[in-house]
Amino acid sequence: MTAPLNLRSIFIAGVLTVLALLPVYAALTGNYFLLTLFTRIVILAMAATSLNLILGYGGMVSFGHAVYLGIGGYVVGILAKEGILSGFVQWPVAVAVSALIALGLGALSLRTRGVYFIMITLAFAQMFYYIAIGLDRYGGDDGLTIYKRSQFGDLVNLSSKTQFYYLCFAFLLGTIYLVWRLVNSRFGMVIRGSRSNDRRMHAIGFPTFRYKLICFVIAGTLCGLAGALLANHTDFISPAVMHWTRSGDLIVMVVLGGMGSLFGPLIGAVALLVLEETLPVLISAVAGLILPSAATQAGEYWQIVLGPLFLLVVLFARGGIDGLLAKVQRG
Amino acid sequence: MDYWQRCNVADALLQVEALSKRFGGIVASDALSLSVAPGELHAVIGPNGAGKTTLISQLTGQLAPDFGKITFAGLDITALPTHRRSALGLARSFQITSLFLDMSALDNVSLAVQAHAGHSFRFWRDARNESELREPARAALVRVGLGERASAPAAELSHGEHRQLEIAMALAGRPRMLLLDEPMAGLGPEESARMVEMLRALKSEHAILLVEHDMEAVFALADRITVLVYGRVIASGAPETIRNHAEVRRAYLGEQEAADV
Ligand SMILES: Nc1ncnc2c1ncn2[C@@H]1O[C@H](COP(=O)(O)OP(=O)(O)O)[C@@H](O)[C@H]1O
Ligand SMILES: [Mg+2]
Repeated sequence: MTAPLNLRSIFIAGVLTVLALLPVYAALTGNYFLLTLFTRIVILAMAATSLNLILGYGGMVSFGHAVYLGIGGYVVGILAKEGILSGFVQWPVAVAVSALIALGLGALSLRTRGVYFIMITLAFAQMFYYIAIGLDRYGGDDGLTIYKRSQFGDLVNLSSKTQFYYLCFAFLLGTIYLVWRLVNSRFGMVIRGSRSNDRRMHAIGFPTFRYKLICFVIAGTLCGLAGALLANHTDFISPAVMHWTRSGDLIVMVVLGGMGSLFGPLIGAVALLVLEETLPVLISAVAGLILPSAATQAGEYWQIVLGPLFLLVVLFARGGIDGLLAKVQRG
Repeated sequence: MDYWQRCNVADALLQVEALSKRFGGIVASDALSLSVAPGELHAVIGPNGAGKTTLISQLTGQLAPDFGKITFAGLDITALPTHRRSALGLARSFQITSLFLDMSALDNVSLAVQAHAGHSFRFWRDARNESELREPARAALVRVGLGERASAPAAELSHGEHRQLEIAMALAGRPRMLLLDEPMAGLGPEESARMVEMLRALKSEHAILLVEHDMEAVFALADRITVLVYGRVIASGAPETIRNHAEVRRAYLGEQEAADV
């Protein structure tokens, strides 16, 4: 397939170029704030991309996807506290544990559909949230500080902001590539078919449950890996990472960017997190012009602006930002 | 058992014996027995609510019978799940079209081909570039007369084209037997005539169980006709026999309509 030179691909190429050059900007200006912010964005974009695999392509509305961010993070945190600092141990364990938990949760929750599926994935995620609160040895409610990032010998130094950023960026690109291969393979056709018309899939001879389960496990595993990255990024892991509102954020990123669109979750993650950073500043600036004394306070109400914005996208841009770009291009 | 009956049982591709199914107080299948020979087109007719769709759903395994036995190609399939039956060569088209509306016509049929091409735990190769899937799918589309519409999204096809696509999907797995639930429902006279020609062509290669309200089509195509009323077989035989069957005329065709046929 030849990629047509269109608005949409130019936009995505632009985003990727900016992401790739960000460390250069940081090095030139000496301002590392943006690089830190975007490290977080890139990691969460990876998590959102993994959610998109089940939500956008598979129609499985998991409301507990952040649980894997927590699992991956806690594996790194717990192993670090117990003195196992090698990333060659930490990360494979994080991946394996995430996969196992996704297998268990998927096997139980994929037997339900619709609202029940949403509720059961939410309930399981909250269960892990409370389990984490109960881990007294590992900080309980307060969370666990990670004093040393995962060690990879001479291969890569995670304490270097630039190296860590590029590592996360490579993982994001790898995830997007993997999802791209998956959703266009035979396996992916089964997943899409099951979202489109599960009953018919059974009628033509697909036992869809096992395909959806494997898909659920792949998504959970990728998100677990993102969790390991996130814990290294924040040097900290706490139950809050798994709270249901974090799962909600991931859904917002996917829906905002475009469900079932390859780069949608990345666009959504950038949009949501950049808005989160800039809206409070913008609002207090505007409020400051009107009523200087209320300026700082007004900034706290940025969610009141973000909510309707999100609603507009859902109502008027069915395919999210990516769908909007495609529509503009078609004219 | 006389010679002919034994012969019939041994040769039958599909054999249904004493199938019974109730929904609460409604008897949808009442000790229903029938058989379909290879290469035969067996039509099942009957008024609305007679249990025709329920019969097909039990044959495909979407509904479990309360009682009775279904034999296909010599195997007892009564307890087999749907996908296993479909793998054995039993394919269904739905009365209410049930397609993958957000995919192209070719993607719809390719999925049906894929269903018969072993497991789908293949994660890497682009399925839309696999000639093993695309070519049989294209061939099935051509057979039902949709060759030109392969890349159109299913949602944009007309009602008649949906019915054709349904049958192309049923054909995709090279089934030994087609179960067609009212393929002509809602078609105009011209589309119906085309569908009759298409079914006539398919008949030479597949056994067909045809549920249909269009009497003209049924009498033009059927080798054998079974009449269902309240889930019970009230008559079964050659088209001529059914046309002249007094009970059928009374219970179903209605004297007026019977006179027209
Ligand atoms: N899932 C179901 N639950 C309850 N009743 C049903 C169900 N499916 C069919 N029936 C009833 O069984 C009878 C036969 O239905 P059906 O097989 O659809 O008839 P036909 O296809 O001959 O019009 C009807 O009275 C219908 O209302
Ligand atoms: Mg019916």
